[in-house]
Amino acid sequence: MKSSAIAPARRRSGSFGDIVFEWMCRAAGVFVLLLLGGIIVTLFVGGLPAFRQFGLDFLTSTRWDPVEGREQFGGAVAIVGTVMSSIFAIILAVPIAFGIAFFLTELAPPWLRRPMGTAIELLAAVPSIIFGMWGLFVLVPFIQRNIQLPFGDALGALPVVGFLFQSNNFAGTSIFAASVVLAIMILPFIAATMRDVFEQVPPVYKESAYGLGATRWEVVTGVVIPYTRISVVGGIMLGLGRALGETMAVTFVIGNANRIATSFFDPTTTIASVIAMEFPESLAGGLQQSSLFALGFLLFLISFIVLASSRYLLRSRLKG
Amino acid sequence: MSATIDLHAIATRPRDERARLARGRRRHLIDQAVRLFCLLATGIGVFFLASILVTLIWRGAPAIDLTVFITDFRPTTYGEPDAAKGGLLHAILGSFVQAGMGVAIGTPIGILVGTYLSEYARQTALGNAVRFVSDVLLSAPSILVGLFIYQLVVLPMGGFSGLAGALALSIIVIPVVVRTTEDMLTLIPNTLREAVVALGAPKWKMITLVAYRAALSGILTGILLAFARIAGETAPLLLTSFGNNVVTWDLSNAMASLPVAIYQQANSGFPDLIQIAWAGALMITAGVLLVNIIARTLLRKRI
Amino acid sequence: MNSETQGDVTPQAAATGSFGGMQVRSDAVLNTDIRISIRNLDFFYGPGLSKALKDINLNFPNRQVTGLIGPSGCGKSTLLRVMNRMYSLYPGQRAEGEVLMDGVNLIDPSVDINELRSKIGMVFQKPTPFPMTIYENIAFGVRLHEKLSKNEMDQRVEWALSRAAIWGEVKDRLQANAMSLSGGQQQRLCIARTIAVRPEVILFDEPTSALDPISTLKIEELIDELKRDFTIAIVTHNMQQAARCADQVAFFYLGELIEVAPAAEMFTAPRQRKTQEYITGRFG
Repeated sequence: MKSSAIAPARRRSGSFGDIVFEWMCRAAGVFVLLLLGGIIVTLFVGGLPAFRQFGLDFLTSTRWDPVEGREQFGGAVAIVGTVMSSIFAIILAVPIAFGIAFFLTELAPPWLRRPMGTAIELLAAVPSIIFGMWGLFVLVPFIQRNIQLPFGDALGALPVVGFLFQSNNFAGTSIFAASVVLAIMILPFIAATMRDVFEQVPPVYKESAYGLGATRWEVVTGVVIPYTRISVVGGIMLGLGRALGETMAVTFVIGNANRIATSFFDPTTTIASVIAMEFPESLAGGLQQSSLFALGFLLFLISFIVLASSRYLLRSRLKG
Repeated sequence: MSATIDLHAIATRPRDERARLARGRRRHLIDQAVRLFCLLATGIGVFFLASILVTLIWRGAPAIDLTVFITDFRPTTYGEPDAAKGGLLHAILGSFVQAGMGVAIGTPIGILVGTYLSEYARQTALGNAVRFVSDVLLSAPSILVGLFIYQLVVLPMGGFSGLAGALALSIIVIPVVVRTTEDMLTLIPNTLREAVVALGAPKWKMITLVAYRAALSGILTGILLAFARIAGETAPLLLTSFGNNVVTWDLSNAMASLPVAIYQQANSGFPDLIQIAWAGALMITAGVLLVNIIARTLLRKRI
Repeated sequence: MNSETQGDVTPQAAATGSFGGMQVRSDAVLNTDIRISIRNLDFFYGPGLSKALKDINLNFPNRQVTGLIGPSGCGKSTLLRVMNRMYSLYPGQRAEGEVLMDGVNLIDPSVDINELRSKIGMVFQKPTPFPMTIYENIAFGVRLHEKLSKNEMDQRVEWALSRAAIWGEVKDRLQANAMSLSGGQQQRLCIARTIAVRPEVILFDEPTSALDPISTLKIEELIDELKRDFTIAIVTHNMQQAARCADQVAFFYLGELIEVAPAAEMFTAPRQRKTQEYITGRFG
């Protein structure tokens, strides 16, 4: 039922009010454009000194040295940490989100669907700092005591993949903890998107598959997923976009160490975390602060690309 | 030329019953396995939600007493069980002030933009650009908003301030309100618009006197959801209002907020302060969930 | 009965002429006093699209009912919506020609569109009560154009609701939400809302096609009543309705006005073959 817009009265028509109101609305729209432009420009200009000083090395160097006299900053650790933790989070979250979406649309009895759906959506409303607290005081000790200490050596001895579990960090705060917390955080978004697009599949498609004798699972893989594939990927990218920018949940549990994690149990850092931790105390106009702006700009670039792709993929869903 | 296919033979070929049954059993098994997995996945989701809520209540409830609501910050009294405890009054008030201002500033702008998108620019190039940018702002990392306001407001003002915090929050409010306003207004059928205009109403009156009224509950819901969202935001405030240990109404100085206070006290390492942090966490979560539930029932009542 | 005196024609009690089983006003005489005169009207739904209305010439006699009939898509609703310039809401749509009322061409851009709509009201197919109280619904239109005291507004509201034959049903709940009324009541509310502004012309765009038969009957009786004070144009796809309500009937087909005649003539002795085919149900 997409209807075209209603155009205002042309020229005079005595509606001074119409002209004023339309310009107010248009000005507000332009303001939003300027806002985003302002953010981009501010980040870039703020990071310019760092970019000029370090050039492309900023992207590859892992040195982060705020000590006066030998300041050198490289964003590689933060960038790698951001990307890695988000991707692991996606790997953990997507199957579970899919299971939840499938459960909600196909398996759950009708009386359960609404409360369960609401519960998952409420999870999305919980502020990230709560996840951070829970992560630090519940998840991290759990990982430390119940996974790392008993199984760490055994896992580390595995052939080929063993190095992924070898770490001299037994604090529990690690990229693994961060990925788990992030996964739980983005779970409701992905699950909700999947559930919405699953429900949009016209019943007649599913019924014709059932009519041929397909099992539930076969209907999903044969009909539902192909039909909704693009939107599902869009929803996943939306979750990825959120994970990339998450600050508080990650800062509490990632260990905030300036080294690239080679094992799940290693601590590391992300762009958002390093900004949160170091910015408030950094010197205005200093090279450190400029490097943080530079990182912020890079974070914006990465999430912008991801969010724009997600929006592109979800455009059919957005239209209604 | 291909050999002719004996169609009759195909139709009457005896079915290999055993193979079919075996395949059927396997398909059935796979189906069952998947069902189990989905049940498990849902269980996991619910388990984590429950774990978070239980932890909040278990750790936060004991710290909830009158003191936490009416006292402001006291440095740690670890080791002195009889000393007066601190509270979160400064943070609660600061949050209300900044979040309230954020909503007050961001909502009118958001409504105007939403109106623009729905009533004036549904398919124009400028409208599509604004819509896209609004969506980007909606999901952009909030810490970047903090950086932006820091450059724009904190540096010129010479220091952290509650005003900067409020402005940062208002930027987060705008895209939320834009989305709900636009969605609610586009739901209104054109027949209603035509009926208003047919009486001789100019377009702006049609929008403000009738369309807004018809979309009211939806727009209110958007405002509530925006409030709930910024109430829990930490990162942008960390860079703009930073936090304060005393109750203050002065927007030109650093101001406390609940999320930042939780962050600072939780990281302090002192058990009594951590306890207070949990109390704050419980407060925020309860508040945010409550607002969300209210917003949902409001939306449902409309339909 | 002589129809020379201005605006003073009272319709005869309908004689029971019938054509193919339809009740027809067999002795209504058309008023020579013309309220609205349409001359050489063309209408386009968009640039580059063919004409939706082609060279329409039609008179609407003062204080009488003109029925517009024809198959779907023939342009009858389009014509109605030209008369109150509803098309100005949609970019790309345009009309060329003249819609004359009191010597003024209404579709000329210099004519104030909101003033125009206060003189020519419209009732739509789908009842659209505003999300307000019943009282507010009526007062809304009035407030756009006049400044009335509370008493005066109360009176106007009561007058409008009475003329729309719904006062008795709502007088004790004027502060109730208008959405709580039934479909037929909502439509009468919309009619009251249109009347309250005191237009001279009321356009009805298939006003009863969404209603049950009893509500339909009530509204047809209402229209018969209203034409004492207002000039009325009614679009309907129901020929029996046109025969019951209209004094003059205009038959449209594919954007052209095929024939216009007093109701009695139209339904007993149509002159054009297309008209005859439509009326006898050969198509449409």
